[in-house]
Amino acid sequence: MMTNIGARLTQGQFSFLPDLTDVQITAQLNYALQHGWAIGVEYTDDPHPRNTYWDMYGNPMFDLKDPAGILKEINQCRKAFPRHYVRVTAFDATRGWETPRMSFIVNRPAVEPGFALVREEREGRSIRYTIRSYAAEKPEGERY
Amino acid sequence: MSSPSPLQPGSVDLSAILREARVTEALDQLDRELVGLAPVKTRLREIAAFLAVEKARSGFGMVAGAPSLHMSFTGNPGTGKTTVALRIAEILHRLGFVRKGHLIAVTRDDLVGQYIGHTAPKTKEVLKRAMGGVLFIDEAYYLYRPENERDYGQEAIEILLQVMENQRDDLVVILAGYKDRMDTFFRSNPGFSSRIAHHIDFPDYSAAELGSIAAGMLERMQYRFEPAAAAAFDEYVERRQRQPHFANARSIRNALDRARLRQASRLCAMPGPVDAAALSTITAQDIRASRVFCEHNNRSD
Repeated sequence: MMTNIGARLTQGQFSFLPDLTDVQITAQLNYALQHGWAIGVEYTDDPHPRNTYWDMYGNPMFDLKDPAGILKEINQCRKAFPRHYVRVTAFDATRGWETPRMSFIVNRPAVEPGFALVREEREGRSIRYTIRSYAAEKPEGERY
Repeated sequence: MSSPSPLQPGSVDLSAILREARVTEALDQLDRELVGLAPVKTRLREIAAFLAVEKARSGFGMVAGAPSLHMSFTGNPGTGKTTVALRIAEILHRLGFVRKGHLIAVTRDDLVGQYIGHTAPKTKEVLKRAMGGVLFIDEAYYLYRPENERDYGQEAIEILLQVMENQRDDLVVILAGYKDRMDTFFRSNPGFSSRIAHHIDFPDYSAAELGSIAAGMLERMQYRFEPAAAAAFDEYVERRQRQPHFANARSIRNALDRARLRQASRLCAMPGPVDAAALSTITAQDIRASRVFCEHNNRSD
């Protein structure tokens, strides 16, 4: 995290690349739909990497053929939460997988302050490290 | 465009566009497989030609905006509305006016919810599934129930109208239903009427057409009429047409199914072995046993 100079959150696919355009997102969604994965739109304002379960925006979308409907959903979510992280998750329900196969961020806050390294003194001069997001200091909804 | 013929630069071969997109093929298939429906077929050819011209124009950079392709199919039951809708989806897909070319067939139940706040997500869900293809709303007039002013159908109508207007390049909506009730529906919802470019009326089949539909169905099911049965069936069609609740091709299919049923029980009641010819032959007796031939039943209808 400390080496990520721009402090951009790097979670999921494509997170080291510049933000995906709508055309690029559509292409990725098409790939997921071709495999028959269910697609969900999720949002959060807690960027901690262990914050796995984000809030779902609407229902997960099954049985779609075309990404236009999903893109519309993404744009609605962006409009409702312009300063939140929004990600798209493609879930594979195939037996044996039963897990998200794709996950990428499609919306992020304009300013991402990043994370601080926290050192905790333990007995015997040992040190425990953890990270703390600057944004998460503030209460939910007022971050970013 | 990419036509191989020696075209002057700046000109375009429209039939080549149709050929390359395999639209001519789809239309010919429609001609072969669907009996009658001449006005519908003419209209489809017109639409296909229009779309080809539109495509050629966009090749020259002439823009007229995405053409409105929403349609309404009116006609009596069993006149082939759903079948034609399937073909339209295919033709639109081949010409590149819808991206995926699938058909989602829905009725009021799939669009309208049961309590407040249920309708919008339900309708949007269906619209999402139909994106990139064709949304076929059967018996669309049920969406509008003027007798109940708090009916949730109105909400579904508003969402539909909005999407039909704003996402014209994402999906094509086809409304289908009986002629008179659709007319009332359009009169009370002028928004729909003005957003629908193509009103296509499906005529009833004539007796001769129904006969050839029956022949085609039998052939696909690997049955055949004995000569007397064919004559009996013609008579059956003529009588059935005069009765209420006649549903064109669907009634024909049901009649054939019942004839098969009677044939089966006749064969089972017969002593001794049966051969392949007997298994695939429907006799006049199987058809004449129908209640359509009962005179007094006829009168009570």
